Amino acid sequence: MELFLTIIKAFAVGGLICTVGQLLIDLTRLTPAKILVSFVIIGVILGAIGVYEPLAEWAGAGATLPLTGFGYNLAKGTREAIAEKGAMGILSGPLSSASIGIMAAIICGLVVSVFAKSKDKQ
Amino acid sequence: MSLSKNEYGNLAKKYSPPSPVLKDCLFAFLIGGSICTFAEGLNLWFSSSMTEEESRTLAMITVIAITAILTGAGVFDSIAKHAGAGTMVPITGFANSIVSPAMEFRAEGTITGTAAQMFSIAGPVIVFGCSSAALYGLIIYLLKLY
Repeated sequence: MELFLTIIKAFAVGGLICTVGQLLIDLTRLTPAKILVSFVIIGVILGAIGVYEPLAEWAGAGATLPLTGFGYNLAKGTREAIAEKGAMGILSGPLSSASIGIMAAIICGLVVSVFAKSKDKQ
Repeated sequence: MSLSKNEYGNLAKKYSPPSPVLKDCLFAFLIGGSICTFAEGLNLWFSSSMTEEESRTLAMITVIAITAILTGAGVFDSIAKHAGAGTMVPITGFANSIVSPAMEFRAEGTITGTAAQMFSIAGPVIVFGCSSAALYGLIIYLLKLY
């Protein structure tokens, strides 16, 4: 039962965050890049004011996997870096906390670009 | 015929096909929710043999890798066409925004094509995300809130 609830919470929260993004696509003329940037900044702000933390604990991947969760992770990592290293954490925290996601995507991009051919070019 | 920007906007709105907002939102909700549920499932599976933070990170890496493979196979775009924000908002959108131009611009060379174009969308996300986090860090450092 608890497992079922965990899954449902992730599904509902993740789905709702995506629905907000879809409404922005359909009802405004924001480009996808602007929407993605907004989501990350909103995540940083919600993480900063402490709203996102309880949501992430409650919904798990439903809150951490969307880009708002990426932003929340940046804010959280920066706060932890400052607590640990003082002022240097202001500069080291943001990229360090995003590093695994960014590196995974870079490596994947490189590997795929070597092995796959773009369909448009044929 | 000369049109002001406003008039053109109204005309474009009038003649473009109506966007089925409700259907789009339903697809975004179902597909976005499913991706998050999949990641939560991976997390639950991994968490039996590692710490919570490690299993969350590994689940994210797995989702990024799967996105890359589907992008490489050309499947991702056909899912994304229906999913809209459902695949764009989760980390799948971020991963796809790096992998897709890396593939597409390979013809223009490894440096100026693949490597440079990788960050055409992810770059702004990283720049603004990290900068706003650094600003937040500066504020809490000055106010001693950490």
